[in-house]
Amino acid sequence: MLEISNIAKTFNPGTPNEVRALRGVSLRLEPGSFLIIIGTNGSGKSTLLNAVAGTFITDSGSIKLAGSNITRWSEHQRAKLIGRVFQNPFSGTAPNMSIAENLALAARRGQPRGLGWALNQKLRRGLRDRIRTLNMGLEDRLDNAIGSLSGGQRQALTLLMASWLKPELLLLDEHTAALDPKSADQVIRLTHEIINRDKLTTLMVTHSMQQAVNLGNRIVMMHHGQVLHDLQHAERARARPEDLLRRFDEVRRREQLDATVADMLHRNYV
Amino acid sequence: MTLLLGATTIGLILALLALGVYLSFRVFNFPDITADGSITLGASVTATLLVHHWSPWLATLAGFVAGTIAGMITGVLHTKFKINGLLSGILVMTALYSINLHVMGKSNVPLLNESTLASQIEALGHKLFHTETDLNIFGWAVGVRDAAMLLGMLMLVALLGLVLYLFFRTNLGTAMRATGDNPQMIRALGVSVDFILILGLALSNGLIALSGALLAQYQGFADVQMGIGMVVWGLASVIIGEALVGSNRIGLLITGAVMGSVLFRLLVAIALRWGLNPNDLKLITAAFVFVALIAPAALRKLKSPPKPSAT
Repeated sequence: MLEISNIAKTFNPGTPNEVRALRGVSLRLEPGSFLIIIGTNGSGKSTLLNAVAGTFITDSGSIKLAGSNITRWSEHQRAKLIGRVFQNPFSGTAPNMSIAENLALAARRGQPRGLGWALNQKLRRGLRDRIRTLNMGLEDRLDNAIGSLSGGQRQALTLLMASWLKPELLLLDEHTAALDPKSADQVIRLTHEIINRDKLTTLMVTHSMQQAVNLGNRIVMMHHGQVLHDLQHAERARARPEDLLRRFDEVRRREQLDATVADMLHRNYV
Repeated sequence: MTLLLGATTIGLILALLALGVYLSFRVFNFPDITADGSITLGASVTATLLVHHWSPWLATLAGFVAGTIAGMITGVLHTKFKINGLLSGILVMTALYSINLHVMGKSNVPLLNESTLASQIEALGHKLFHTETDLNIFGWAVGVRDAAMLLGMLMLVALLGLVLYLFFRTNLGTAMRATGDNPQMIRALGVSVDFILILGLALSNGLIALSGALLAQYQGFADVQMGIGMVVWGLASVIIGEALVGSNRIGLLITGAVMGSVLFRLLVAIALRWGLNPNDLKLITAAFVFVALIAPAALRKLKSPPKPSAT
């Protein structure tokens, strides 16, 4: 269970570059729920994900996950509970290390690392079996450097790594945005399989309305660092890509209106 | 022959410097200049303790430990106080100059009659070869001390290289390599990048200080100036090693660094023998590293055909 209570974050406070990225966001995720976050550029959706992951410490509010208050935990401490897949396929794997070594690192996510061997025969067999389920032919290339693989293959492996030890929370940050359509489909199918099989509590950011309505059981739309719409249950079930796009248009129109009104006020009164 | 044996032995001793530089520059991609100070630190601590009649093994170990502390300080400056990596190393290196003078109490400590690892290995050599005079190897007269030192250092470096290789295959060692390769990823897998970097720099500077401790015992003195330019020296060895093995495999890279160090030292010894002015040595080393750094990109440019111009 993830409980985000009224978190706020301002970057570069007190400077001309001040950005109020999160302005009081509260969300409650039941175990096993799959929440999709959509929103325009700069709406704060990735910032929200990073706040949960611990990339930065929030200015106010609290974050609780699986019974622990993780608000002040550092990024690597939170990794005990959280698995992550990044937008950039290069971010989730170590390119100069082999496939087997990368997965072995993930197999100890959040655990102490001592002087035991990173790889042994038993672990290698386990890796091979799991990698075979990807159907990418990677099971025979365990000792190849990950840097030699395609973006889609690397993202599929990152997904496998993030979910290797069942995380309390899985964070997916536009993890198919940098892939070609075919690889993106493949990774989305894999995402669906893994989340369903392990009943993972998931937060996923996406730009694709199609993904938003096809995956997950709840949709949150963010705007200006706040939750604008929260579609659940029946409302979520009725949602179509067109509905979501209409809501985007509404936001855009309201923004234009704001600009015009401000301009008019400026001309009349200043 | 004595010249070549001596050069090879020093090359092997400095291979530990090369391994330390490999760890910081290549594994972590961290330009750690502390090395110039920590190699002297290892030499000065060990030499001073030897003068105070410590056992050579303990004195050498103390030199290693002193180096790990220096590396830790550089790591802490960089990670906890957010000081630029290059500057962290420069600060510690500069501070070490004074510390080395304090440790030695003067700028140079000679090891004339003290029992050192070198004298112990020499004594062992006399026992093993059953001779008090020179050995005859394929018609060459070889001093027992030279032959024994060469064998001793070869075994020590081989052992340490093997230990380092095995370490890189442990859970901690793979986490260390991943920290250099992709810090964002390893953080997301629950590893404190700060902790690993501090640990890695401690290990790197420990090896470098050990190199200094052995060098002082081999050449019979520790000098406060002996560390100048050693980072570049180590880097040159690593680069030569990479060219020799032409592979990314960790075991080959470690072997390469050792071979690179020996080869570089031999080349220098031969060049000096042919009349190279010793004053130019550091200039040439720096120029060599410069060329080695830009050569791969320049070669790629030459190989790739010119781009067709848009019409």
